[in-house]
Amino acid sequence: MPRDRFETALAQRAALDAGRVSSAELVEQSLARAEAAAELGAFVHLQPERARAEARAADARRARGERLSPLDGIPVAIKDLMVQEGEPCTCASRILEGFVAPYQGTAVAKLQAAGAVIVGRTNMDEFAMGSSNEHSIYGVARNPWDPARTPGGSSGGSAAAVAAGIVPIAFGSDTGGSIRQPASHCGVVGMKPSYGRVSRYGLVAFASSLDQIGPFARTASDCALALAAIAGHDPADSTSLLEAVPDYAGALRGDVSGLVIGMPREYFAEGADPAVLARVREAVAELERAGAKTREVSLPHAPYAIAAYYLIATAEASSNLARYDGVRFGRRAQARSLGEMYRRTRSEGFGAEVKRRILLGTYVLSAGYYDAYYRKAMQVRTLLRRDFEQAFRGCDLIATPTAPEVAFRIGEKTADPLKMYLSDIYTVSANLAGIPGLSVPCGFVNGLPVGLQLLGRALDEATLLRVADAYQRCTSWHEQHPEPSWERGG
Amino acid sequence: MRPLPRSEPTASGEVHKARRRYVAAMSRINPAEVERIADLARLELGADEVQRMTAELEAILGYVAALEQLDTTGVEPTFHPILVTTPLRDDVAAPPLDPTRALANAPERSGTAFVVPKVLDEDER
Repeated sequence: MPRDRFETALAQRAALDAGRVSSAELVEQSLARAEAAAELGAFVHLQPERARAEARAADARRARGERLSPLDGIPVAIKDLMVQEGEPCTCASRILEGFVAPYQGTAVAKLQAAGAVIVGRTNMDEFAMGSSNEHSIYGVARNPWDPARTPGGSSGGSAAAVAAGIVPIAFGSDTGGSIRQPASHCGVVGMKPSYGRVSRYGLVAFASSLDQIGPFARTASDCALALAAIAGHDPADSTSLLEAVPDYAGALRGDVSGLVIGMPREYFAEGADPAVLARVREAVAELERAGAKTREVSLPHAPYAIAAYYLIATAEASSNLARYDGVRFGRRAQARSLGEMYRRTRSEGFGAEVKRRILLGTYVLSAGYYDAYYRKAMQVRTLLRRDFEQAFRGCDLIATPTAPEVAFRIGEKTADPLKMYLSDIYTVSANLAGIPGLSVPCGFVNGLPVGLQLLGRALDEATLLRVADAYQRCTSWHEQHPEPSWERGG
Repeated sequence: MRPLPRSEPTASGEVHKARRRYVAAMSRINPAEVERIADLARLELGADEVQRMTAELEAILGYVAALEQLDTTGVEPTFHPILVTTPLRDDVAAPPLDPTRALANAPERSGTAFVVPKVLDEDER
């Protein structure tokens, strides 16, 4: 008897606890759905044998009355840049073809300790550089709501896997919006935690001062469970924070009365699709009816965020990606000398978007330009951080659109990199300021999902989850699902 | 939010002139410069790639030049937005990654060493 395709992790947990289903059955179902959804391109690698063994172990624990965590036995997916010992990790790049991780990333280790069963690895833009999942050696990932459109990026495969009902929870990474923008485009919840909330050990580095791992789920309550599983300090990542991890699930009280929602005037001016802005305003009005207050706030440096972001992200990327040299791991091109080997390996191994960003980053860090570009952008980052500090003196959280438009067509923006970069106009600020951000489905435009972005004070993920959960209790957008047109005969 | 204009700002006098010089300097990227950067980044670009990257980088650098409109005199850069002090762990020895496993992904190895092509070549700069 097939189970509800769009069952949440919480519902799966209840079914497991009641003995109505086994972890082995849930994992088998996820694997079968992933196979049947091949044309979505959401997964790049499935690990059926390992997943089945882990599911059997979870079932055996449950039979003994033991449970490692609320996620014990629940199938999940991870983005192809989170290393899991003994499994491939390619970052959707030719340069890492054949790489098998020799160590365990901390987020993966925590998921394993929680008993979550990783069924496979999801598609992404190469090295997380992109907003459409079109820059991948595995080919595009497609949006379950309209397979002619992108799921967003760079964590497009994780968003699509959750939206398509393959897994209830998936993990991605967000450097400038790579969790929130695809969550918005695929109609699921996606959260970027505060910088330092989750260890980056075992997360392949793109821009080290901006990268964070975070969860996708269909509900804020599942998101709370998923974040709780991976958050916390890690001695292996000195940028991870010592602050205790609060009880996220316990913060979901269902009420928002008394909370003040800031509406940045810069984000509600022109620039976004008016229909998207209308959905976001309606969502805020819904929260007002539930007891929240709103007030206008200002983020005067927000218009500079994309410029600062692309300088910082590319500078850090050019440095981080210097490690792909054909010496120690990954692809190596044949050559007569070491210098020639470096050049051929990198030229053959990296795709066009990655090369573009390495070149820009190398340029802005090169002699004479460091102060004008990288340092300047890091100073603008301080101004932006102060904008948020000022705004949060008058409000508890901030509401904005997640993306300026609904999911765009595959191929629509590939010819103009700058146009693609502007897809992240509402999301990059949170990474620059280090604050948490969450996207929650808030309606549709032309049958495609729209996301409401909630931004919070540093380390205040709990308020964002509480508000998103309260919103989902009084709306039903998250209960609308795409028709599984990608399953032939299904 | 409206994307930033890619045009000149509306400052006046000396500020305006300084800014124009700055924008001119910021925007000056040509194919030779792209080839120089590619060499620094150990990337080989074909002639058509150099042309395309020059145009694309020109557009992106033109866009980011808008940052110069902001006065950041005396503003500290942000490297970690939240961290006040770096957490320290106890200095306890732990076993490192086993060399066999660390070398398992190497394209070529000899014992516990990575093997690379010869370092010097008459073509090398």
